Amino acid sequence: MKTEDLVDLLSNSPGPIDRGLVVRTLLVALGAGSILAFGITIFGLGVRPDMMTSRALSFVAAKLSFAVGISSLALVYLAKLARPGGERKPRSYLAALPFLAIMALAAISLGLAPSSHWNKMIVGDEWLECLVSIPVIAILPFAVSIWAVRQGAPTNLARAGAFAGLAAGGVSAMAYAVHCTDDSLPFVAVWYGGTIVLCTLAGAAAGPRLLRW
Amino acid sequence: MTTHEIDLKALMLASLDGDAAAHRALLARLSSRLRAYYKSKLAGVGRGTAEAEDLVQEAVLAVHFKRHTFDPAEPLTPWVHAIARYKLIDFLRRTRTSRADVPIEAADAIMAHDDNVGAESSYDVRRLMERLPKNMRCSIEAVKLDGLSIAEAAVRCGISEPGVKVSIHRGLKALATIIAGKRGHED
Repeated sequence: MKTEDLVDLLSNSPGPIDRGLVVRTLLVALGAGSILAFGITIFGLGVRPDMMTSRALSFVAAKLSFAVGISSLALVYLAKLARPGGERKPRSYLAALPFLAIMALAAISLGLAPSSHWNKMIVGDEWLECLVSIPVIAILPFAVSIWAVRQGAPTNLARAGAFAGLAAGGVSAMAYAVHCTDDSLPFVAVWYGGTIVLCTLAGAAAGPRLLRW
Repeated sequence: MTTHEIDLKALMLASLDGDAAAHRALLARLSSRLRAYYKSKLAGVGRGTAEAEDLVQEAVLAVHFKRHTFDPAEPLTPWVHAIARYKLIDFLRRTRTSRADVPIEAADAIMAHDDNVGAESSYDVRRLMERLPKNMRCSIEAVKLDGLSIAEAAVRCGISEPGVKVSIHRGLKALATIIAGKRGHED
């Protein structure tokens, strides 16, 4: 086939293009991923029993803002990385801000507590459940995020995969927060932060395979 | 900013608004830029330029089907360059050449030269279309290859006019997938 023929083939009545499609697809994906993650958490693990007490609500709100911050930043970068050449404008280190913030807060709260409490504050009661749950809950949101990025045209697949993993990890942590009863800041920093980083690394590893176009 | 950037971006913006003539002009002008780019890159990594035309067509297909990913607030050159380079690296990886062989370059490389000596690519569109469902094949042949109007094509294919439009749209996407898949199988 001659390239001219291909151009002819493609340029008959192309129709206007929806310029907001990339961003909207990502928003829909993250919304759907959140619904899935909350569904799995609420029906699979259950809401924490003391959910309606003001003490629990304030801890849940703190965890949610950490997770929402991560997902929102990830979304901003995904909207760039889903486009060809989007990796040229990096500044993606800003995505580390929520992690740095929670680590600083965790360090302060450890500093204020006697060292005999440290072990309990970091390890909590359910560290193993948290370690398993956040990555498992993240699987479906990750699949939806990957689908959304594939609607675009990423040209740095590892980085786009990493940010899809970061977004999914954030969404998953957001949902898991309504179940988790470990409320200390060091626990959230280590186990939430750690598992979300794990999701990000998994995304970076899977990106080149899943996002090829 | 080069004149190519200004001209081609204007064409791109018009094309995004649904201007068919601008879209055709954009693809035609980009294809000669892409041809020069791929010929020089393939020669640069010590490979023949025979595959250049296949790459040109893959990149043209990508520009067409991924044009919704162009951000009008950004310049066009880096966007086209990223697509062209992605397709080049993907091709070299499929054919087992290291990415390290592709030198770092400025985005302007994509707009540097024209090459209008088009060759035939290895795809034969009529043969590839045999793999499409009947309505898609009939609609594309009637409108795109035989130059009939949508109404005439609807009569020939025995489907509605909106049906013809949908069939063409889906058929072209399917065709792009077949071409991409065919390349994958050749390795």
